[in-house]
Amino acid sequence: MAGEPLLKVQGVETYYGNIRALAGVDVEVNRGEIVSLIGANGAGKSTLMMTICGSPQARSGSVIFDGEDITRQPTHLIARRRISQSPEGRRIFPRMTVLENLQMGAGLDNLKYFKEDVEKIFTLFPRLKERQSQRGGTLSGGEQQMLSIGRALMARPKLLLLDEPSLGLAPLIVKSIFAAIKKLNQEEGLTVFLVEQNAFAALKLSDRGYVMVNGKVTMAGTGKELLANPEVRAAYLEGGRH
Amino acid sequence: MEYFIQQLINGLTLGSIYGLVAIGYTMVYGIIGMINFAHGDIFMLGGFAALIIFLILTSFFAGIPVALLLLVMLVVGMLMTGLWNWTIERVAYRPLRGSFRLAPLITAIGMSIVLSNFIQVTQGPRNKPIPQLVSDTYHFGAITISLKQIIIVLLTVVLLAAFWYIVNKTPLGRAQRATEQDRKMAALLGVDVDRTISITFIMGAALAAVAGTMYLMYYGVASFNDGFIPGVKAFTAAVLGGIGSLPGAVLGGLLIGLIESLWSAYFTIAYKDVATFAILAFVLIFKPTGILGRPEVEKV
Repeated sequence: MAGEPLLKVQGVETYYGNIRALAGVDVEVNRGEIVSLIGANGAGKSTLMMTICGSPQARSGSVIFDGEDITRQPTHLIARRRISQSPEGRRIFPRMTVLENLQMGAGLDNLKYFKEDVEKIFTLFPRLKERQSQRGGTLSGGEQQMLSIGRALMARPKLLLLDEPSLGLAPLIVKSIFAAIKKLNQEEGLTVFLVEQNAFAALKLSDRGYVMVNGKVTMAGTGKELLANPEVRAAYLEGGRH
Repeated sequence: MEYFIQQLINGLTLGSIYGLVAIGYTMVYGIIGMINFAHGDIFMLGGFAALIIFLILTSFFAGIPVALLLLVMLVVGMLMTGLWNWTIERVAYRPLRGSFRLAPLITAIGMSIVLSNFIQVTQGPRNKPIPQLVSDTYHFGAITISLKQIIIVLLTVVLLAAFWYIVNKTPLGRAQRATEQDRKMAALLGVDVDRTISITFIMGAALAAVAGTMYLMYYGVASFNDGFIPGVKAFTAAVLGGIGSLPGAVLGGLLIGLIESLWSAYFTIAYKDVATFAILAFVLIFKPTGILGRPEVEKV
């Protein structure tokens, strides 16, 4: 079903206790696309990422992945459908080595493709190769970010969710990460949905984008359209390309 | 000197048993951050399971070889206590996960009372004796080592090696450590967290069953009350070694065993428990993380 979007989020509302973090969100991600979600701190971007993975689950609305409703599925079963996330805060296992963290990523296939995949990750992030036997907790923030992305890629995802991949990284590394994402997208058809504060770089990279304000999607369009939109420019781009 | 060495050997044996039980405390604490106070009673149940299997087997198959008998006692005991502990986690702990911190502690104490009272009611309050299974002893000058002691220590070493391997080198062990360090992230990577926690309870119970069987064989009696004092001692061992640390649990167990036997040998046997629990108090005051426990400082 080429016409069906890979991920379809419809009217999703998510609560933390009594506080509504997502107020009816609709987002679609098609196969082979890079889609970015931009917005200010606290807009609900990371909550949407986690809601897609069922942690927390949406209170109403639905999340459809690959034609199936996954709204009420437990997180680990959603992960087994190959939705892979590099979450907010990186969430590296601090008392596991870099290699073990990557092994955790490859757990779905019982490390079947581990050797070839880990080489790819090491080519992408040579720094991780140097540190492979070091514990995750001792890495610098940037290295942890690379590890988190690498770990997500190890799962051979159909859909890669990246929550602020540029956070804490030097501009040069950000560039190489974004280039790497583009390359994976073009060569392997990897579908990517990313949250970014760095709106300029994200929109430039993306096919389409969404703007989120206070738990709602307020604007949508192609990357180019959003980059040219005066409101977006005023709110997220000008005054310093973060 | 011989006397001292003899006490060391006795302490090592006892310490092995405590160490096996301590591992169960420490693993469960590691993975869900609660003290399973019913674990001592799981150890007691292991002893009773072994005793019952012994009675059944010896009455139906009179000439059964001792090695086979012990093996069946161990394996069936491990399965039975594993099932018990799995059930306890399912009915008493899992529904309270995510509740306030004291809730699982209170149910754990409740489960402990349930188990010991259940055994008291169904098996009777008196000590249950078991005949000597293995009575060979070896003499080296004035030092005596019994085959029982050798079996206990060897079995402990083998189980520890197997455990170390599982936790550090297998996908299951990785999933356990991941769940311990970040449950949410583990789930995001496809780890079935509930199942992993269940398996941890089963593994801890299996070790406790071995310890219970060894304890029964060593002392020759089982009592519904065995979960309490030896259980709390094993808990002390886990705290002394550093709760959450597997090697720490073993080290703590050995130390508690040694302290207990040396204290009994050189001071008064009546105060051996006081000595043990005084250590618990000292550790908690001066080094709450224990000998091998990790300080809670991490880069996030």
